Amino acid sequence: MHLSRLSLTDFRSYADAVLSPGPGLVVLTGENGAGKTNILEAVSLLTPGRGLRGASLSDMARQAGAGGFSVAARLLPPPPFKGGDRGVGASLEEASLMAPTVPTPSHSPEGEGGIDIGTGILATAPERRQVRINGATGSATALGEWLSILWLTPAMDRLFTEGASGRRRFFDRLVLALEPSHATHAARYEAAMRARNKLLAEPETADPAWLSALEAGMAEHGARIAEARERALAMLGERLAAQADGPFARAGLAFGGWRPAEDAESAFRAELKTARGRDGAAGRTLAGPHRTDLLVTHLAKGQAAEHCSTGEQKALLLSIILAHADLVADRAGRRPILLLDEVAAHLDPSRRTALFARLESAGGQVWMTGTERALFEGLGGDATLLTVANGNVHHG
Amino acid sequence: MASPEIEALTQALARLPGLGPRSARRAVLHLLKKREVALAPLLRALDAVNDKLAICSTCGNVDTTDPCSICADTRRDPRLLCVVEEVSDLWALDRSRLFPGHFHVLGGRLSALEGIRPEDLSIDKLIARVAVGGIDEVVLAMNATLEGQTTAHYLAERLETYPVRITQLAHGLPVGGELDYLDEGTLAQALRARRPVV
Ligand SMILES: Nc1ncnc2c1ncn2[C@@H]1O[C@H](COP(=O)(O)OP(=O)(O)OP(=O)(O)O)[C@@H](O)[C@H]1O
Ligand SMILES: [Mg+2]
Ligand SMILES: [Zn+2]
Repeated sequence: MHLSRLSLTDFRSYADAVLSPGPGLVVLTGENGAGKTNILEAVSLLTPGRGLRGASLSDMARQAGAGGFSVAARLLPPPPFKGGDRGVGASLEEASLMAPTVPTPSHSPEGEGGIDIGTGILATAPERRQVRINGATGSATALGEWLSILWLTPAMDRLFTEGASGRRRFFDRLVLALEPSHATHAARYEAAMRARNKLLAEPETADPAWLSALEAGMAEHGARIAEARERALAMLGERLAAQADGPFARAGLAFGGWRPAEDAESAFRAELKTARGRDGAAGRTLAGPHRTDLLVTHLAKGQAAEHCSTGEQKALLLSIILAHADLVADRAGRRPILLLDEVAAHLDPSRRTALFARLESAGGQVWMTGTERALFEGLGGDATLLTVANGNVHHG
Repeated sequence: MASPEIEALTQALARLPGLGPRSARRAVLHLLKKREVALAPLLRALDAVNDKLAICSTCGNVDTTDPCSICADTRRDPRLLCVVEEVSDLWALDRSRLFPGHFHVLGGRLSALEGIRPEDLSIDKLIARVAVGGIDEVVLAMNATLEGQTTAHYLAERLETYPVRITQLAHGLPVGGELDYLDEGTLAQALRARRPVV
C-alpha cells in the first residue's frame, strides 16, 4: 500500500495542503522550519500511536486555526508490473483491481481498489482522536490493519544512549507491523496495569480478588506481547544475519531487562502476585513487558550500539528498518511506508548512493526530507520531488 | 413553529437513545395525527409502567413486578444462573430465549480508574444467591472488554469456594462471519479457543 494523495487541514504549519505522491520515493526539500517534518508527522498519524514526534494531539492543531485538524489519505495497492517483491498477499485478482496509472483522482470510486483513511481531532473534543476508514468511524488500532509505517528521525539519534522506553517503543512499532493485534494487547495490558497501580496505591482497601483479576489480565496480554516480540526478534535476527556486510552496519538484536519465563502467562501472574507489596511501595509495577529493553550490537565490530559513533548508530537503525521492511513485505504481504527524516544528510556519499539503490530496488513508498535537492541527485527519475515553502507544498 | 408543549415533547423524545431531533419530530407528528390509535395507548402504557416500575430485589432486572417475571417463572431452570453487567445485556440474552435459567444483573463492571468498586455492584447479593445452594452452574456473560473480563475473573475468584461450575461465554468467530473480514484479535482468540470437531 502507498499513499496516492495526502491532504492536511489545519495541521501544524499547514492551513490546507494537498499532495499527490507517487508510489516510490518521495522527496521533500525546503528550508529549516519550512514544514517537512510536519508532513512526515502527518503521515505517521495514519497508524496507531502518537506519531513520529510522540506529541499530544492538541499540539498538532494549527495555532491560528479553530482548534481541530485533519489528515486524510487515499491508499492504493502497489503498482503492477514493477520489479521488487509483491509479498505473499499478491494475487491475480488483486492485480486486476489495481489502477494502471497513479495518482488517481481523489473522487475515484472505491471499486478501483483505493481506501480512504483519515484521522484528526475536532475543536470541540481536542483530546479524542477521530478515525475514519472508507467513510465509517473506526478506531486508531484499526488503522494498523491497513498499513504499516516506520520512521527514522533525528530525535532517534539518542535512542541508544537514552532510557529503555524509547528502544522498546521503537521495537514495538516493528512488532506491530508484523502483528496488528500487538496494539490491542499493549492497550489492554497498560489499562490493567494502571488499574492495578491505582488499587495498590491504597493497600488497606485493595481487594485481593480484584488485584488477582487484574493480574490475570496483565499476564494474559503481557504474555501475548512478549511472545509477539520474541517471534519478531527471531525473524528479524535471521534476516539481519543473512545480510551482507555492505555499506550499512549489520545489527545484532537481543532483549534485556525483564524477560518472560518459560511458561510466560502463569509465571508472570505468580510474579505479580508476590510483588504487590513492592509495587505498591514503588507506586508502579516494576516487572513486566513494559520493562523489557532492546539491546543492539554492531555485529562487524562486536560493539554495543551505545558505544558506536553517531553515523554508525544511524546506519544500525537503517539496517534494522530496511531488513524489517523486507520482512513485513514477505510475511504480511505489504511493504511498510518508510519515513526517513534528514537521513540523507547524515550519510557519506557512498552510503547515500547505496541507500537510494537499495530503496529503489526494494520498492515501496519512502518519504525522505532534506534541506537541499543536491542530496538527492543520485535518485532515479521515478521519484516524486516536492518543495516545501511558505506553508505549502508544490510538485517540482 | 410548534407550541411549547409540542416542543417539550419533541425534545424529550429526541433525548432518547437511538432517536434524535429528526426522528423525534417524525414520531411527534405521527402521535398528533393518530391521536386515538397512537397517542392515547402510548400514554396509557407509559402511565402503567411508571406506576408499577420495579427493580427486582432478587436479580436486579427492571420490570413491573418484584420479583420480576423471569425470577417468578417456574418453568425456568433454577440450577442455572447467568451473570450480566447491565439490564440491557439480560434483555439481549433473554430476547433470544436461548438461556433457560435465571439471571443476575451486576449493575456495571469493576473499574479502578472510574472508581467503580466491588461494593458498588450487586456482587454480595450474587454470592448470597449462590451460597444458599441449589445452583449448579454460574455463567459469566461479561462483555469482552478488559473491564468486563476483569470483572469475570473477579467473580470466578469470589465464587471459587462454592460447589458450582463456573463458565464463561466463548470469544471468537461470529456466526456467519467470514475470516477475511475479522480483525486479528478476534481471529487470534478464535484460534486459541479452537476445539475438536468430533
Ligand atoms: N501547531 C502548530 N501551528 C502552527 N505552526 C506550527 C505548529 N507546530 C509547529 N509549527 C511550525 O512548524 C514549523 C516546523 O516545521 P518542521 O519541523 O516540519 O520544519 P522542517 O521543514 O522539518 O525544518 P528542519 O529542516 O529544521 O527540520 C515551525 O516553524 C513551527 O513553528
Ligand atoms: Mg525537520
Ligand atoms: Zn428478577
